[in-house]
Amino acid sequence: MIIVGEKINTSRRSIAEAVERRDDRFIAEVARSQVEAGASYIDVNAGTFLEREAECLCWLVETVQAEVDVPLCIDSPNPVALGEAMKRHKGEPMINSISLEPDRLRSLLPIVTAQPCRIVALCMAETSMPTTTEERVQAGSELIERLMNEGVPLESIFVDPLIQPVSVDTRMGVAALKAIQTIMEKFEGVNTICGLSNISFGLPERRLVNRTFLALCMCSGLSAVILDPTDKQLMSILLAAEMLLGRDEYCQDYIDAYQDGRISG
Amino acid sequence: MRDFHLLAQAVMNGDIKAAVAQTQAALDAGADVQELIDRGLIAAMDEVGEKFSKGLLFVPQMLRAAKTMQECMKLLQPLIKEGEVTSKGKVLIGTVKGDLHDIGKNLVSMMLEGAGFAITDLGVDVHPDKFVQKTQEIEPDIVAMSALLSTTMPAMPATIEALTRAGLRDRVKVMIGGAPVTMKYAQEINADSYAPDAGSAVTEAKKLLGID
Repeated sequence: MIIVGEKINTSRRSIAEAVERRDDRFIAEVARSQVEAGASYIDVNAGTFLEREAECLCWLVETVQAEVDVPLCIDSPNPVALGEAMKRHKGEPMINSISLEPDRLRSLLPIVTAQPCRIVALCMAETSMPTTTEERVQAGSELIERLMNEGVPLESIFVDPLIQPVSVDTRMGVAALKAIQTIMEKFEGVNTICGLSNISFGLPERRLVNRTFLALCMCSGLSAVILDPTDKQLMSILLAAEMLLGRDEYCQDYIDAYQDGRISG
Repeated sequence: MRDFHLLAQAVMNGDIKAAVAQTQAALDAGADVQELIDRGLIAAMDEVGEKFSKGLLFVPQMLRAAKTMQECMKLLQPLIKEGEVTSKGKVLIGTVKGDLHDIGKNLVSMMLEGAGFAITDLGVDVHPDKFVQKTQEIEPDIVAMSALLSTTMPAMPATIEALTRAGLRDRVKVMIGGAPVTMKYAQEINADSYAPDAGSAVTEAKKLLGID
């Protein structure tokens, strides 16, 4: 399972404040703790800074990479901010994200194909959010084809089925799960990725719903996830699910995590 | 005074069968349509909204109650003559330009409708000019905007500016909401009101229009 640590996002107040005062030690610590907890990418998002987004995002890229030796997931729909941040990034970043929305596709395509990178591809239709499995698979397939035509290898594409709340429509969970399964079968070698918190909007005990959904997504073939790796309960479910799905030889990772005190029952 | 307690209770519980039966029974007994709507249906939805804002009720329960009210309204609609039942005010609502998220906006519409407002929903990705044009056309009391992305939030001040340029800003109240939106942001862009959730949207809309 590829884990993208989600905590460095300026929509969280502590992060916004740290970025505002350029507190590199605070940001470095949030990055380090996520890597130690198992993150293979660190997401950086400075979207709330609006017109100052590009400079803040660049500062985050440099600050995080000075501390930890993992690639970043550069999180912005803004082509200028993305382009600038990518120039400063060492190694191959993940770009979060591109979609079929015409303006976004047109402006981001040249940027994400200018240098090798992983790309999160949202299953958004041109003019609306997807509801059914079919809409997701269609948008995902079209985007995969567009990116491959531009020379992006299939393995570098991370399709995000877009998770919508079950509180609003109880079919939304299954629609996303089936989309993950279909896309993984239809394009062997592609990756699928999602965040977890949207699923539980409008419900009590959201974290319980989120981690149960993670296990279901993994069973449907999800290969990457955006989450808080320092959430011990969530990571415990992830490790147990990996093992139960036969992806943990000799149950070694699960047992190691237990012996290190990283899982809770 | 007629007692609409059982009807209100059925709406709050989202029990369509019971609520429709209560509505029919009240009509058969000669209840006034406006009174039935105000003291049965709207009173129930007001309580649902309040409980939702306090975290005592959740989105599925709110949807269910609203659906129940809609089913009751189907029974009443044929009995309502033009202009006979008054709305609390007209609200023009939409998700701003560049943003395709509609869930929060739909919940707000639904609760405002449940509270007795007349809603015109422009959908998603609504250009400032579209807000202006519709405001000229229907003359709403409130223009409500939603944005779920920090990157689409600037379309809110852009829409407010467009309303100002068209000379309409003084004639409407502007209410905003959406996950990244804050009270502080509302003040910065000179919106009149900020609502953190669908229940609060009703309270805020009433405050803006001096109701209750």
